[in-house]
Amino acid sequence: MAETHRMKKLLYNQRLAPYLFILPFLVTLLIFWLVPVGRSVIMSFQEVLYGQATFIGTANYERLWRDQVFWKAMFNSIRYMVLTLVILVPIPMVLAAIINSKLGSSRIKNFFKSSLFVPALTSVVVAGIVFRLMFSETDSGLMNQIVEFLGFGPVRWLREDLTGLAALLLLALWRWAGVNTMYFLAGMQAIPNEYYEAASIDGASKIQQFFNVTLPGIKPTIVYVTTISVYGGLAMFLESFMLYAGNNSPNNQGLTIVGYLYRKGIQENDLGFASAVGVVLLVVVLAINLTQLTATGTFKKESTR
Amino acid sequence: MSQQTATRPDRTSTVGASRPGMSRRTAALIQGAFLLAIALISLVPVLAIFVGTFQDGNEVIRNGISFSIDFSELSFDNYVMLFTDSGMYFQWFWNSLVLTVVQVVGTLLVSSFVAYGFAMYEFRGKSLGFILVIILMTIPFEMLMLPLYVQVNDIGAADQYWIVVLPFLAQAVTIFFFRQYFLGVPKEILEAGRVDGVSEFGIFFRLVVPIAKPAFAAMAILNGMTIWNNFLWPLLVLRSPDKFLLPIGLNTLLTPHGNNYELLIIGSFFSLIPILILFLAFQRFFVAGMTAGSVKG
Repeated sequence: MAETHRMKKLLYNQRLAPYLFILPFLVTLLIFWLVPVGRSVIMSFQEVLYGQATFIGTANYERLWRDQVFWKAMFNSIRYMVLTLVILVPIPMVLAAIINSKLGSSRIKNFFKSSLFVPALTSVVVAGIVFRLMFSETDSGLMNQIVEFLGFGPVRWLREDLTGLAALLLLALWRWAGVNTMYFLAGMQAIPNEYYEAASIDGASKIQQFFNVTLPGIKPTIVYVTTISVYGGLAMFLESFMLYAGNNSPNNQGLTIVGYLYRKGIQENDLGFASAVGVVLLVVVLAINLTQLTATGTFKKESTR
Repeated sequence: MSQQTATRPDRTSTVGASRPGMSRRTAALIQGAFLLAIALISLVPVLAIFVGTFQDGNEVIRNGISFSIDFSELSFDNYVMLFTDSGMYFQWFWNSLVLTVVQVVGTLLVSSFVAYGFAMYEFRGKSLGFILVIILMTIPFEMLMLPLYVQVNDIGAADQYWIVVLPFLAQAVTIFFFRQYFLGVPKEILEAGRVDGVSEFGIFFRLVVPIAKPAFAAMAILNGMTIWNNFLWPLLVLRSPDKFLLPIGLNTLLTPHGNNYELLIIGSFFSLIPILILFLAFQRFFVAGMTAGSVKG
């Protein structure tokens, strides 16, 4: 009886409702993801000149395979991704654990949380400009003042590969440590207090509690933060673009895979070749993240929910 | 997954028996000093650019920023310039402000709408659909920029705001977050609404959205940050200077032989203000909202 009443109106239909709710997602997926990705795959097998596309088989991929600059960009991106993982997972985790402890004044902790979050509010343009000026190679730049205070000569930060990388990593740490700390803190606060009480009755020290209670409790957060860091690391482009004031850096030391995609596709309008770069990048990111999400059981968990 | 940790029904005893060696007060002091030091270090770049707003722009660009300040050279000239002779700066500021408000509201509504469908109903294709959401979370937009850019040029949609906004309304990360949050909303609310004759969509808008305020606050901050600072896609799409958003406009001032570095610096500093206000206003909901919607085992 109630069923027939509901059927009268679309808005009351419980069978149809979920599809209407997820419709905006399906439309977005189709128009802004599947169509462009499909188009990218097709273009990667073409030479596109002045709007004229000719199929050239796998020539773009063969060119890519032999392209030194492409491999350099790939190396830079992967190196950056791995190093950001190394700093942007453990450091925020420890900071969150410190804030989450009962020890200390909550006023200082609140100030700390806000201060650490402020960098994330800056745009990559502003952050890039500030860091470029801090890492200025003159002896009056902030970083060189520090280096000289420690008794070393001025460093030409952005001219050398490793010091340039250090600047990029520091920029990433500065901007994202606060956000990741918040994620970890949220994960830690969801762990019931009783677990800690029980552990402390069993005589576990604070350090043991961190490894036996906190770490297992925040595993989903670790998976999440790792996933977004892989994503962010491999897709990094604008940080380098701003730090080096353009897409050209000495010996391409700051060139990333997306930077190469941008150079070839947008700046040089070599659409076929750039599409091949994009497809390779997509495959790499999907391979890494799907492996990680499958290994950590995220898919299994979500589909049995 | 958290059940595997050893739990005991015994809740009577207290936590934090003092450890030997260091008193609680000393430990708290060391912790406080450590946190304050890191907090101050992370504010250095912002303070540095604030100092830069009182200095000569060309000097700052040539010499870099530092804390060796010559107080006799500081002046309010840049502030006077900003409010009297800053070209299109406030036009860009206004564009960014309007676009951010529209896009944040749009993203929160559309994404929570989609998330509600995934959280509250059982339907065919649900797990596949949600796995697609997760996969989309892991694909950087940068990979789509080229084909999307070509497509936008083909259909002549360049230089229009709707194309800046539309691809990001159903946003995977935000959908994921809201779904987590809605999973914690008791299903009885839906049943009660249905008994009262409220439509499925009425239940969402009138009963569920109001109780999800903390989630909306947390997502308003996270999306507000991203959208206010959005750079790459607007840079590709927007062509006329009077339509630029703030980050694009600022970027145009960063030329090798720029003659307006003062505006670049003071403009960068002022660009932080709206988003800082948003953050400070919603901050108290932030961790609570993140906790409630955070990834759970």
